[in-house]
Amino acid sequence: MSYEELGLRVGLEIHRQLDTRHKLFCKCSTSPPAHEGSKLRVVRFLRETQSELGEVDQAARFEARRMRRIVYEYDFNSACLVELDEEPPHPINPEAVRIALTTALMMRAKPVDEIHVMRKIVIDGSNTSGFQRTCMVALGGEIVVDGQPIPIQTITLEEDAARIVRAEADEVVYDLSRLGIPLIEVSTGPVLYTPALAARAAEAIGRILRATRGVKRGLGTVRQDLNISIRGSGLMEVKGVQELELIPRVIEYEARRLKHLLNLVEKLRERGVAPGAVEAQPIVDLTEVFRESGSRVIRRKISEGGVVLGLRLPGFAGLLRGEGDVRLGRELAEYAKAWGGVEGIFHSDELPGYGIGEDEVREARRLLGVGDSDAFVLVAGREARAREALEAVRMRAAQACTNIPDETRAALPDGTTVYMRPRPGSARMYPETDIPPFRVSREVLEEIERSLPPPLERVAEDLVQRYRLSSQLAWELIDSEMVEEFERVVGLGVAPSVVASVLTEGLKQLRREGYRVENISPSHIYDYFRLVSLGVTAKESALQVLAEIARDPSLTAEQAVDRLGLRAPPIEEVKTFIEELVSSVPAGERGSAAGRLMGELMRRYRGRVDGGLLNKLLMERLRAR
Amino acid sequence: MDRWEGYSGFLLEMIRAAGAEIGDEVVVERPDGSRFRGLLMFKGELSAENVLVLKLSNGYNIGVAVDPSCRIERVAAGRRPAFTRPPPPPQKSGLPRVKVIGTGGTIASRVDYRTGAVRPAISSEDLVSLVPELSELALIDAEVLFSLYSEDFTAREWEAIAERVKRVIDEGFDGVVLTHGTDTMHYTAAALSFTLQNPPVPIVLVGSQRSSDRPSSDAAFNLMGAVWVAARAPFGEVVVAMHAWHSDEAVAVHRGTRVVKMHTSSRDAFKSVNATPLAILSGGSLRILDSDYHARGGDGFTYAPGFSDRAALVKFYPGMGPEFLEYLAEHGFRGVVLEGTGLGHVARRWIPVIRRLTGDGFFVGMTSQCRFGRVNMRVYNTGRDLLNAGVVELDDMLAEVALVKLMWALKRAGSLEELARLMLTPVAREVGARVLPQGVGGV
Repeated sequence: MSYEELGLRVGLEIHRQLDTRHKLFCKCSTSPPAHEGSKLRVVRFLRETQSELGEVDQAARFEARRMRRIVYEYDFNSACLVELDEEPPHPINPEAVRIALTTALMMRAKPVDEIHVMRKIVIDGSNTSGFQRTCMVALGGEIVVDGQPIPIQTITLEEDAARIVRAEADEVVYDLSRLGIPLIEVSTGPVLYTPALAARAAEAIGRILRATRGVKRGLGTVRQDLNISIRGSGLMEVKGVQELELIPRVIEYEARRLKHLLNLVEKLRERGVAPGAVEAQPIVDLTEVFRESGSRVIRRKISEGGVVLGLRLPGFAGLLRGEGDVRLGRELAEYAKAWGGVEGIFHSDELPGYGIGEDEVREARRLLGVGDSDAFVLVAGREARAREALEAVRMRAAQACTNIPDETRAALPDGTTVYMRPRPGSARMYPETDIPPFRVSREVLEEIERSLPPPLERVAEDLVQRYRLSSQLAWELIDSEMVEEFERVVGLGVAPSVVASVLTEGLKQLRREGYRVENISPSHIYDYFRLVSLGVTAKESALQVLAEIARDPSLTAEQAVDRLGLRAPPIEEVKTFIEELVSSVPAGERGSAAGRLMGELMRRYRGRVDGGLLNKLLMERLRAR
Repeated sequence: MDRWEGYSGFLLEMIRAAGAEIGDEVVVERPDGSRFRGLLMFKGELSAENVLVLKLSNGYNIGVAVDPSCRIERVAAGRRPAFTRPPPPPQKSGLPRVKVIGTGGTIASRVDYRTGAVRPAISSEDLVSLVPELSELALIDAEVLFSLYSEDFTAREWEAIAERVKRVIDEGFDGVVLTHGTDTMHYTAAALSFTLQNPPVPIVLVGSQRSSDRPSSDAAFNLMGAVWVAARAPFGEVVVAMHAWHSDEAVAVHRGTRVVKMHTSSRDAFKSVNATPLAILSGGSLRILDSDYHARGGDGFTYAPGFSDRAALVKFYPGMGPEFLEYLAEHGFRGVVLEGTGLGHVARRWIPVIRRLTGDGFFVGMTSQCRFGRVNMRVYNTGRDLLNAGVVELDDMLAEVALVKLMWALKRAGSLEELARLMLTPVAREVGARVLPQGVGGV
C-alpha cells in the first residue's frame, strides 16, 4: 500500500542547542566546564499540579503515578542554584532570543510582539522545577524543499533538559550540566507525506539553523521529534531521533505499525469485541498456579515476595502475535513496562513457552475463564506494580477495539519506537510568572533583517568562487560544519584545496580508522596549519599529526609534531643533503636522474618538509651546474 | 479577579466592545492581514499596555500588539480559569489531632495573573487535599486565620495568631501547625515563643520557598514534616520546620528563638544560629539534637500576650551618626536594639548621645551584626565606654529575637532596670546558652 493510500502525515520538530555564552535563564556557561568542579547529589520528588485552567495533564498524571526518587548530580562549574531550582530564573537571555528571531526571519515566520515564557509540566525529573520553560517566538513561516513549500508552524525557544544518567524502577539519576542550555525548536506543519520528504525537510531546516552560525554542533546538539499519523490513527509523537538517516526508517516503521493496529481494530470489530467487555475483566491472582512454574523468572519473582496476576482479553485469541516486529503483544508489554515499571508480560499467543508449561497454561486459562476465542496476559512482580501494569494493559487492549490512542514514543537506534507515555495536552502549559515578557521591538527586527546571514546555498557558491573549490568539496565543508575553521586556516596562507580535503576527507578517513575525531579541537587544527605555514612541518604530515591528537587530546599541535618526529630540519641541513645527493651523480646523468633524486628526498623528508619546497631546491641545484 | 484583569486604555475598550472577557476565545485581525486565534488571557503588570495575551490551541501564550485599526472578535465563550480541588483522601482513624492554621505565604499560594507573581490563594483545606499523605499522619483540622504576605505582618498579627493558638491548645489538640510566609516567619516564631511559653504541645511554623503551584514545590514535604512534628514530637515548644538542605530528605526543626532566614530563595534558607536545630526529621524518624527541651505535656504553660510597637532595630554602619537614635526617641520610641559591629560596638561619637538617652529612660540593647557568636563589650575600650553609657549587652541573642523580645518586654517592665533584667532573663531559651562551633550537632 502506498503512503498516499495510507494517508501518512508527518510533521517535524527539529530541536537544536544554541551556541550562546550563557544558558537561557542564568549565567552558567553552555559549554562543558574546562575542569570538573565539586560535585553534589541532591534528592528530590515531584508532584503533579494543576494548570491555570484547572486541569491536570494526562502525561503529568502518568509520571506522578510512579513517584520516583529523583537524584541530581550537580557540578559547581556547570550549574548554579537556578538549575537546582533554588533560585528564580533570570530574565530570558537576549542572545538566544536574537538567534531565534534570526531563524524566524530566515524562514519568513512572523515573530510575536511579546514573548511570554511558559511552564510546560514535565515531571519525569528531567527538569528540576517539574516544568520545562518554553516560549513561542514566531509563527507561520515557510521553507522550500525540492521546490515545494513546506509550512513552518512555530519557532519556539526552550531550555534543554537534564541528561539522564540512569533510570531504575524507583530511582532516576540526572546530570544537571545540560539543563538550561537554550534550545530552538522548529516545527513544520503535518504535511510531509513521504518518509523521504520528511528527511529532506529536516536537512533543509538543519541547514538554515546552521546558517545562523548561532547553533551548537556535534553529537547531542540536535534532536528530531516526529509527529506521525496515518488516516484513522491517533497522533504519534516520536521523540529523540538523533540521526538524519534514521528519520525515514522510523516513519516507515510507524506506518507499518499503525497499519497493523488499524487492521486489528477492524478484526476486533468483526469479532464483535466491545471495549466495555475488556474493561470489565477482573485482574486475577494466579500466584498459586505458578509457585512451581517451569519459568525461572516467575519463580524468582514469587520468591522475592511477588505475585503473578492474570487478565483475560475476550475475543483477542491470535491477535497478540502480529507480524514481524509489529505486534499487539509488544504494544501491551510496553504499556505494562511504562505504567507499572515491570520487566515485561507473558501472553497466551506465545504460551506455552519461556519455561511455562502446558499444565500451568491450562490452569491459568481455567481460573481466568479463557475460552478458545480469548487471549490472556500474565504479569509477575511486586503486587502494586503488577496490578498497575495489568491495568495499563487492560486500558490499552480496550482502546485497541476502537482506535489507536495518541502516544509519546521514543525512537530506538534500530529505527523502531517504544511507548513512553500518553501524549500531553495543552493542559500542561501555564505562564512562567518569574520571567517578565520580552518585547520584540520593530527596531530590533529591522536591525536583524538588515544583517541576516546568507543561506548556505550562497555560502557554497562563495566557497567555490573565492577558493576555487569544487561544489562537492564546498558542500562537504558545509555539511561537516567546517566552514569557519576552513576560512581561518586559509587566512594563514595554506592552499585552500589542501585545507578543505584535510577537513573533510581527511577527518572522515580518521573516523573510519577508529580515531576519536571529536577530540580534535578547532584550535588544534588551526595551530597545526600555522606550523605548516611557518615551515615547521609539512602539510603531508596532517593526518598523522591529527591522528596523534585524537589519541591524546592533551597534546598541542606542536607537541604532536615533535612526538612523531615530523619537525622540519634546518634548511641548511636539507641543502647539504641535496648537495651530497647531486654530487653522487655524474654531471652528465643529472638531468635524467631528477626523478630518482626527488624520490630519495621525499623518502627522507616526507611529512617534515613540503614536497614543493624540496622540488624547488633540487631543481635550483641541478640547474646551477 | 475581574473580567478584564490586566487590560486598560483603548485595548480594554476594544475588548469590551467585542463583548469578550478573559477566558473567551477571540480572533484578532490586523490591517496587515495577520490573524491570531486563541483564548484571551490575564496579563501581568510587566506586559506592555497595547499587547493582548492569547493562549493558542497548543497551550502557548503569546503577546499580540494591537492598535485601534485592528479588529477583535469574540468567537466562543470560554471556560473560566478555575481551581478544582481533588477529593480529600479517606481519613485514617485513631491518629493525633493536629490543627493546621493558614496565615498565608508561599506554602499556600498559586499563580496570580494580576501581578504576575505568586500569591496566597489556596486554603489550607486545599493544601490538605493536595497532600493526601497528611491523612496518614494525623487527623487534620484546617482553617484559614488570614492570608497575608509575611512582610505585611505586624505585632497585631502575632497577637491574633497567639490568641488563636491558645484557644486551639485549650481545645485539646495534640499539636498546631501554622503555615506562614517565610520572609518574617522567624519574627513570628520568636513572638509566639514569648507569648506561649512552655506550651503543652508542639507549635510548628512551616513555609515553603518554592510555591505550591509547581511540581518541585517544597511545600508538601515541609508540611508533612511539620504535621509529623506537631503530631508526635516529644517536646512542647514553638519551632520552625523547614528543609534541612537542598534535598527532599530531611526537615530541620529549629527552636523559635534561635532561627533566622539566611537565604533569599533556597529551600534550606532557615538556619539555627548560636544553637543546633532542636531536631532533624528524616525517613520517618525524629532525631533529637538538643535533649534539653520542654517536654510535651510538661507544665508551666503561660500565656503572656501583648507587644509594644515602640521598639526599633538599627544596624550600625561605618560613618553612621547617632542622630537616628535621637530621631527615634523624639518620635516616641522607648528603646532600640542595635546591631553593632564585632563584639558589640558603634562609633565612639555615639557615646554621649546614648548616655543622654538612657538617662532619660530610653533602652539601648546591643547585639552583633556578625550573626554568629555572642557580644562582649568588656574586651575593648569602646565597649566598656558604651556599657558605662547605659548600653545593655544582649549576650547571644539574635538581633531579630532581641527586637521582638524588647517589643514584648516594653509591655511588662516599668523601669529601665526591670527592662534590662527581663531582657537578660531566659523566657524561651533565647539568651544565655552555651555557644558551640556552628554546624556542630549533626547538620
